[in-house]
Amino acid sequence: MEFLQLLVSGLANGCVYGLIALGFVLIYKATEAVNFAQGDFMMLGAFVTLGLTNAEHMHLPFWLAAPLAIMIMAVLGYLLDFFVLRHLFGQSQTAVVILTIALGFVIRFVAGVIWGHEPQTLESPLAIGDIHLGSVVLGMADVAVIVVTVLMTLFLYQFFQRTKLGLAMQAASQNQMAAYYMGIPVKRVQGLIWGLSGATAAVAGILFASKGAIDPNAGLLGIKAFAAAVIGGFGSLPGALAGGLIIGVIEPFASRYFPAGYSQIAPYALLLIVLVVRPHGLFSQVRIKKV
Amino acid sequence: MGEPLLDIRNLESFYGPIMAIRGVSLKVEKGQIVTVLGANGAGKSTLLRTISGIMDPEKGQVLFNGREIQGQEPHKIVQQGIVHVPEGREVFPLLTVDENLTLGAYTRSDKVGVQRDREMVFEYFPILAERRGQEAGTLSGGQQQMLAIGRGLMLRPELMLLDEPSLGLSPLLVQEIFAILRRLNTQEHVTMMLVEQNAHIALDLADIGYVMEIGRIVMDGSAERLMQSEDIKSFYLGHQETSQRGERRWKRKKTWR
Repeated sequence: MEFLQLLVSGLANGCVYGLIALGFVLIYKATEAVNFAQGDFMMLGAFVTLGLTNAEHMHLPFWLAAPLAIMIMAVLGYLLDFFVLRHLFGQSQTAVVILTIALGFVIRFVAGVIWGHEPQTLESPLAIGDIHLGSVVLGMADVAVIVVTVLMTLFLYQFFQRTKLGLAMQAASQNQMAAYYMGIPVKRVQGLIWGLSGATAAVAGILFASKGAIDPNAGLLGIKAFAAAVIGGFGSLPGALAGGLIIGVIEPFASRYFPAGYSQIAPYALLLIVLVVRPHGLFSQVRIKKV
Repeated sequence: MGEPLLDIRNLESFYGPIMAIRGVSLKVEKGQIVTVLGANGAGKSTLLRTISGIMDPEKGQVLFNGREIQGQEPHKIVQQGIVHVPEGREVFPLLTVDENLTLGAYTRSDKVGVQRDREMVFEYFPILAERRGQEAGTLSGGQQQMLAIGRGLMLRPELMLLDEPSLGLSPLLVQEIFAILRRLNTQEHVTMMLVEQNAHIALDLADIGYVMEIGRIVMDGSAERLMQSEDIKSFYLGHQETSQRGERRWKRKKTWR
């Protein structure tokens, strides 16, 4: 029984890691850059929702605020690419990495100025109550997080498989040159991917905030999500989700069955093991190109 | 003849400080197959990349149907009906054959026409129909080349730029692919500009030929005339000549030098 409870809360955490990792991978695949501000995007998404829906702020109904926040974050992602990252085209990867790290600091600061540095709780209908199954008590929020993540995954899968834009996004990330040759406006498609990853971050943020309090430093969670993306094989979307789930599940079990402190390092220990045993990650899509 | 489909005037392109194309002019008439021959590094691929907008020229004009298109974004040029089948295939490796073809028609919105053209591609390349659900990265080199050409056809292009379709393929496969290119030209009226190192097969297919060396056109004429030319024979077709003095081939000077 205890096992099931640990598993569900671990999976719920893992879903949040997985969604952030998904954002990392989306952008990495499309632009070969790593957005180290992805965790802070998540935090910002949470705070935007909080600002829209909490009683002391704008007090919109949650079911209106959540989609609105997702849209705001999508637009923000697109504009960020349009006004900033597109102009770094041709610069070294390091420039993009440092820029996104700096961007993370800026987002943390701005969020602190607007919403304060104290932990706050999102007034979310997802967060209310527990589910009792016999002797097992599951947090409603945990279950909701898992359900929403499953839906989000299905949506993304359908989007990439069935729509022309999704196909173009895959094409642009697999072979950018050939995408240009096909007449795909690669730069705009990359901007839309930044938008998509902003939206994904917002969903992750809303879910995360439904599970507990958030403060502007919550974005540092992105480091764990980064580890998740690497474990899954940077460049694979299912891998990112799986990596997130693995890390999420390992944490509560490590803190339950190992001495105190081990749960903190468990994700990174796993990261090390994976890098040694399978350097491409667990679900990498590495193919050798034929001449 | 009216105005040519493609008219390149005095084009100059740079790779950084290196001048890769040094004032090239050439014409492609509707319905023709024009080939540009030359060794590695002659600037042939750069020429195609400049036409398709991947690279911007420093000087000169590219006129397509009488309109200047040089320096435009690649997707704008594709929309006008020029498709570039790149060197080394460049298929989308993790997408299926079908999805690759769908992307070839990315700029089109007439679903019925696209479906008809997909059937046409399958008619010319039956192997692609057999493998339509397979990931393109798992195809053989020859099949990938067929896919790259088929994907280009999906645009219903007015002009098809082909960059070394013979590269890395067995002689038999090269014959097969060039036979299909000829059929596409005669039956579907696809105008082609073909860049090749394999002069023999290219001149065999083409109506008009140009010879490029270090960024310049050094010779041009009808394919038959070029095939008869002594220079072409010895430097590009690899015919051994037996002179009385036993002169070594590498000592001969080209007439245009």
